[in-house]
Amino acid sequence: MKARVHVMLKDGVLDPQGEAIRHALGALGFDGVDGVRQGKVIELDLADGTSRETVEQMCEKLLANTVIESYAVEVG
Amino acid sequence: MKAAVIVFPGSNCDRDLAEGFRKAGADVNMVWHKDTDLPEGIDIVGVPGGFSFGDYLRCGAIAARSPISQAVVAFAQKGGHVLGICNGFQVLCETGLLPGVLMRNAGLKFVCRQQVLRVETQQSPFTQEFAQGAEITIPIAHHDGNYSVADEEMKQLQDQDRIAFRYIDNPNGSMGDIAGVLSENRRVLGMMPHPERAVEDPQGGTDGAKLFASLTRIMTLA
Repeated sequence: MKARVHVMLKDGVLDPQGEAIRHALGALGFDGVDGVRQGKVIELDLADGTSRETVEQMCEKLLANTVIESYAVEVG
Repeated sequence: MKAAVIVFPGSNCDRDLAEGFRKAGADVNMVWHKDTDLPEGIDIVGVPGGFSFGDYLRCGAIAARSPISQAVVAFAQKGGHVLGICNGFQVLCETGLLPGVLMRNAGLKFVCRQQVLRVETQQSPFTQEFAQGAEITIPIAHHDGNYSVADEEMKQLQDQDRIAFRYIDNPNGSMGDIAGVLSENRRVLGMMPHPERAVEDPQGGTDGAKLFASLTRIMTLA
């Protein structure tokens, strides 16, 4: 089975990389991009039957720094 | 004084830090990240700069979960002294020993230069040899030194006089110009600048020497 974890900076946390991307898009002529947030996607190849709770523990313990990041888990 | 310097794959300031501790009169043990225990009788643990585990996932994240880091956390929780420099500061934040997090520099560039800092408190084993408010020059070299901390933790840092150093002319966007912070018991210091790169004249300055000299004083008293 597979799980996919999306890690994003929490709202309100300044994202300088996202800002740089927003500027670059503007420079390429894409108007109207009001904001860009950059996150990461982590794909996990898991033993069958691994619970969502286990994946959430992985997020809490390592995959996300919950001081500044939020995460969302997709299983299957 | 007996010091341990932790070595992770990708650490690159470990031997410089060991030299700093030796200048303070310490007997230094290098400790590999896969070890599960610190040597007996350690007075201080140094977590060095570098790029542990290639900065994969987040700076310091994987190092903070390595076997030796559990021992370092336990050592600190029992009142042990810990000094984390640059990547070491990132590691200490990831372990939760220090509040906050070090994010990508606001200017997005790696910054490598001589940096002026102000010593914000003398009240710590790491800073007691400095004059209060002294301006010192210490090298910085980092991509992720943009210190960020929740508002209530920032208030605690200020109210408890736990901000050890602030930047003059902030190089990375850190909140409150913070360059180094202390734990609540003042025995854990994390800082982005590299005092171990400023202990001998050929390095271009010796302002970091007083940090190591401060340690000598506390250890001889202990």
